[in-house]
Formats: sequence, C-alpha cells, structure tokens
Amino acid sequence: MNKYTEDDLREELKTKEYEYGFYTDIKSDTFPIGLNEDIVKAISLKKEEPQWMTDWRLEAFKAWKEMTEPEWANVHYAKPDFQAISYYSAPNSKPKYNSLDEVDPELLATFAKLGISLDEQKKLSNVAMDVVVDSVSVATTFKKTLGEKGIIFMSISEAIKEHPELVKKYIGTVVPQKDNFYAALNSAVFSDGSFCYIPKGVHCPMELSTYFRINQAGTGQFERTLVIADEGSYVSYLEGCTAPSRDENQLHAAVVELIALDNAEIKYSTVQNWYPGNAEGKGGVYNFVTKRGLCETNAKISWTQVETGSAVTWKYPSCVLKGDNSVGEFYSIAVTNNYQQADTGTKMIHLGKNTKSTIISKGISAGKSQNSYRGLVKISPNADNARNFSQCDSLLMGNDCGAHTFPYIEAKNKSARIEHEATTSKIGEDQIFYCNQRGISTEKAIALIVNGFSKDVLNKLPMEFAVEAQKLLEISLEGSVG
Amino acid sequence: MLKIKNLHASVEDKSILKGINLEIKPGEVHAIMGPNGSGKSTLASVIAGKEDYEVTDGDIFFEGQDINELAAEERAHKGIFLSFQYPVEIPGVSVTNFMKTAINETRKAKGLEDMPAKDMLKLIREKAELLEIDRKFLSRSLNEGFSGGEKKRNEIFQMAMLEPKLAILDETDSGLDIDALRIVANGVNKLKSKDNAVLVITHYQRLLDYIVPDFVHVLYKGRIVKSGTKELAHELEEKGYDWIKEEVNA
Ligand SMILES: Nc1ncnc2c1ncn2[C@@H]1O[C@H](COP(=O)(O)OP(=O)(O)O)[C@@H](O)[C@H]1O
Ligand SMILES: [Mg+2]
Repeated sequence: MNKYTEDDLREELKTKEYEYGFYTDIKSDTFPIGLNEDIVKAISLKKEEPQWMTDWRLEAFKAWKEMTEPEWANVHYAKPDFQAISYYSAPNSKPKYNSLDEVDPELLATFAKLGISLDEQKKLSNVAMDVVVDSVSVATTFKKTLGEKGIIFMSISEAIKEHPELVKKYIGTVVPQKDNFYAALNSAVFSDGSFCYIPKGVHCPMELSTYFRINQAGTGQFERTLVIADEGSYVSYLEGCTAPSRDENQLHAAVVELIALDNAEIKYSTVQNWYPGNAEGKGGVYNFVTKRGLCETNAKISWTQVETGSAVTWKYPSCVLKGDNSVGEFYSIAVTNNYQQADTGTKMIHLGKNTKSTIISKGISAGKSQNSYRGLVKISPNADNARNFSQCDSLLMGNDCGAHTFPYIEAKNKSARIEHEATTSKIGEDQIFYCNQRGISTEKAIALIVNGFSKDVLNKLPMEFAVEAQKLLEISLEGSVG
Repeated sequence: MLKIKNLHASVEDKSILKGINLEIKPGEVHAIMGPNGSGKSTLASVIAGKEDYEVTDGDIFFEGQDINELAAEERAHKGIFLSFQYPVEIPGVSVTNFMKTAINETRKAKGLEDMPAKDMLKLIREKAELLEIDRKFLSRSLNEGFSGGEKKRNEIFQMAMLEPKLAILDETDSGLDIDALRIVANGVNKLKSKDNAVLVITHYQRLLDYIVPDFVHVLYKGRIVKSGTKELAHELEEKGYDWIKEEVNA
C-alpha cells in the first residue's frame, strides 16, 4: 500500500474511467471510486448546479488536496483511503430488500425495542414498501403549515436551485471551505443535506425534523446542512433519529452551519446512532463532523446532542458569539461501549460584549471504550464581561474503559468570568445492590443510574426526543455490566 | 416465613457469620441487638442476597423455599425488604421515579402490567402522608443531600410503598430525632399485620419502646448468643453488652 504512488493512482483512475465509461456516461448511478477535479465537477454537473457552486466546490477541493488529516484527537483508527471511495451515488437508489425477512434480525430486534412501527422499520432498513398514506398526509400538512409562515425547509440541492441567493450568501460563512480537512472534503463533494430558512420575526410552530426530509432523499455520506434564522425568529431543529443507522459507507463527514441573526434563536438537537461496529470493534462508522453556529446581536444557539453510535466520533459543535449579548449553549451526552472511541466537545468563541456560554457534557464509558471531552472557551480582547460555565461529568462502567477531559481556556480579556467543574464517578456495586434490593434488575438499575446522570441534558431535548433518547441509552449500554 | 439454619457467611475469605439459627413466623416482630461489628448488617445483607457475601454453610428458607440461589431482585420480588443502614445516593433519579421503577419491575416479575399512573399517584400520596413526607421531597434526587433522618424516613416510605412480607430494618433509628422516630415507628406499626413480619436491627432499646418485639436476640461475633423477650432489651439497656461478652468468652 505504501508503495502506491500518485502515478499508480492516476493510472488506476484512468483505467477505471475507461472501464465505467465515465466521461460519456454521466447518467450512471454511481461514480467510480476516487477523487479528482473531474469527479468534483461531475458531482456538480449531475446535480445541475449553477457555475458559482461548481467553482465553490473546486476551490474547496484545491484546499483539501493541500491538507492532511488531523491527528490531535484522542482516537486511533486506520485512516480511510480517500481514493477508495465513490463520491456519488444516486439518492433514489432502489431498496436493497424485498421484505423484512431479509433484514438482519438483530437490527429488527433493536427496532422493536425502540418501539418503531413496522412501516417505519421497513423504511429505515431500506425495504420496498407501499406508500403509507398516513405519513404522506402528515408530511403534506407539515409542508402547508410551514409554507404559510414563509419557512423554507428543503434539501440543499433544491435550495441551490430555488433559493440560490440565500445559499450563496450564507454557505461557507460559518464553516469556510478550508476550515479543516473533513470540512474541505465535504465542501468539495457534499451529496445532499438540508436547508432551512426562517423569515424575520417568525416563530417556527413545530420541531423541524430531518426525518420528514429523509423520506425524500437518503442520508448522505457527506451531508451539508444550512440553517438560517432571520432577525427575531425562532426554530427548533431535530437531526437524526434513534433508529440504528447501518450504512455501507464507513466514512461520514458532515458539515452543519447555523446562522442566528439579531435576536434570533436556534435550538439544534441531535440524536445520533450510527452503527458502532460489533462487540469486537469490527466495522462501524467513522463520523467526522464539523458543526458551527454564528450568533449575531442578542442571538442564541443551543446545541443538544445524544451520541451513542459510530466506531470513531470526532465532533465539536461550536458557537461563534459575534454579536453583543449573544448566548451559546452546548449540552451533550456521549455514550461509548465496546471498542468505540469518541472525541467530542465544543468551542465557544466569545467575540461580542456580555456574551454568555454554558457547556454541560456528560460522558458515559463502558466496555473497552474511550470517551474524551475536548472543549475550548475563547474570550477575545473585545469581549467585555464574557461569562462561561462548563461542567464535564464522566461516568465509568467497569475497569477497562477510559474517560478523558481536555478543557482549553484562552482568555484575553480581564473581565471574563470562567467557571469549570469536572467530576468522574463510577457506578458503584452499592448503588446496584440498592436497586436490586428494591426489585430492580441490574440492567434496569444501570439504565436508571445513567438516565439520572444524564438528566440535565435529557431535559434540554424536546419531549418526544427525550423519551426516545432515554430508551436509546438503555439499549446502547445493554450487556455492558456482567 | 423466614428460617435460617446454621448460616455461615464470609466476605473476602473473612468469616463473619458463624452458625446463625433464626426462625421468624408471620405476624412476629424480632429484634437483633449487639455491639458494633458483630455481624448484624452482614446478616441483613446475606438475607437480601448481596453477592459480595459468600454463604459457606447452612440454609436460608423463605416461605419454605431455599432462596440461596436467588438474585437479590428475585428475593425482593418475593417480598423481602431491607431498610439500609447507609442508603446510597443515586443522583438525578427522583424518589418518585425510583419508586415507580421499583413497583413496576416487581409487577413485571409477577406478570402484571405497569401500575396505572393514577393509582401510582394515589399510592404515593397516601404513603407520603403516613410518613409525613413533604411532596417536594419526592422530586428530589434519591438520598442526595438528604440528612441522616431524611434518608431513614425515605427508607420506610419505600417500605410502605412496596408492602413487603418481611421487612428488615437495619439501624433505622440512628440519625432520627425523637419526633421522626415516632413517625417512622408509627408507620411501621400501621403496616404490620398478621401476615407480615419485621426484623429490627438496633443498638438501642429506644426504638423497641415503639416497635415492640416478640423476641430479642443478641448477636455477638457472628453468633446469636442469647435470645429472649423484650425484657432482654431492657436488661441490655441497663447493663450494656459487657456481661454478654463475659458470658460468651468464659
Ligand atoms: N464488605 C466487607 N468487607 C470486609 N469486611 C467486612 C465487609 N462487611 C463487613 N465486614 C466486617 O464484618 C464484620 C461485621 O460487620 P457488620 O455486619 O457491618 O457489623 P454490625 O452491623 O453488627 O456493626 C466487621 O468486622 C466488618 O469489618
Ligand atoms: Mg451495621
């Protein structure tokens, strides 16, 4: 593998291109593996994008070529071979299965535990199904309500065509193409994602859930999300779902950009349950995500996340508190079990005066997993009276797992007030026996203790999501204490 | 109801219980007294099924069934309750939520549906009243930041909620002021019936003025060295444990 030179690569690409008739057959559903300028152009072409978008992608690609994969995170994995991936496959690819009988029973058992209906199970595991009247009508009502308020909620591909002025104005303003290795890669090749715009003064009347959108186009390997809350507006946005996502694509590199204009508020909640690999640590998704929000004056952005999946997670939802009096919040539960590795946290960048940030991170490690919190609180010279409160709690289950906390503080303004608290605890035999004595099994006792530990964050989730997230925590830790 | 025969138990290869014999019949109240470190809490934990303690010899029967192989939660489902000497904290889990889980898990083990929320609320209200527990208290995290007295009162509240057949109260009186002691004892007495039994573990005669025992046993160095009626408790109160120790060591 290390003998493999660029010449070899070029050679291989040529033959592949030939093999698949790449130049002539732009209609093919899946592109050949590998990444070069032509592939980037072809993705853009395939998606019928305007020239400015193509150029934007190419610019990103140019930057990416010069970058190297970061190695500072506390995770260890075999580096993906970026030339061994196909960067485009048609969103409407046909179902893989004809009936649920063909789907992995273990996956179905998990669906059942989560209380997911049969129809949904089919949808989630890619089984061919008839149109479910109910869900269609829900989606339609949903669209109608949003339309009346002038809210735009569609795939980013559609948005590039239908609202190019908005996309052009905001894309890459929070996460620039060159921001980091994975963001650059995403910018060059992003397949799809969501776009949302809330007009001035509008309070979005319902939780916007990607779930509705995903019915129209599958989740991509390189998703791009752009949410803009115009002045004085409010939106609560839900991403992901509790159902386990199995995906052939091992590498996922998404970018999420949030823009909260003056007096606007965005609440962004994520429940993420990518396949973490089996109990021996084989397989599993690598999840390298760049999420960042920009707050203008008096604006507020809250990130709430429950992470149970992925073999390797690298994720730091951040807030740039640009406007005076703006507020950033980060509430996170990260669970790792078996051989999972997670390096997550946040960055709070205080630029404006009287800006305020709160960080509550709950890490739960079981099995042989490693769970790291990495957080940066940065107070710039102009950010008078900035305040931050951080609390990072780790809960360990067993003796083979690890919890690590890396808080970084850069305060360049003397008036800053920064508080940091950290605790590490272990589920005690005594706690378990106490529960057992009250008739609660060990498994259930752990779920109870973990839910109690995570309560401050679970409480921040929208009600329905919180219930699902609780169940998810239980399932993720099943069998983790012997 | 409970029959313990020649029970030997050890922890970390250290022998602690050295041949306990005890029989408790329905409707009875037994008290176990004895100096610190004599094995009272160990006996309670062994009956409740704590795994750290190894039964090296002897048997424990509950309602005629040998329960030695049963897990702690299975014993709980059968109606064994232990009011802990040192109740543990479970942060973020409210008293109400904990009780709801305990009751529904026990019901599940018996093949019953979850208790309807309405019934649960009614039960909680009723039992909280019995033990003069404030409603606000029930939404606090279990035992977190509770005073010694609050912890003990909460244990008895849980007992009232679960209505066990055999309740073992391990030093429930310690940490209680006289008013709280009266409330707790009153709660226990209200729950007493001819079908259930109580095993009171205590240092002091004080609690036994309120919860009157039918039998009193003295545990010393892992053995029951003396049994008697409630008069024995008075005698111990007066003379201390030294005469017992002398008798045993003689
Ligand atoms: N988990 C344990 N590990 C080691 N020694 C123990 C443990 N539990 C109890 N012991 C010992 O067993 C003896 C009896 O303790 P305990 O049952 O708590 O007595 P009591 O409740 O009568 O005061 C003491 O010497 C105590 O140190
Ligand atoms: Mg004791």
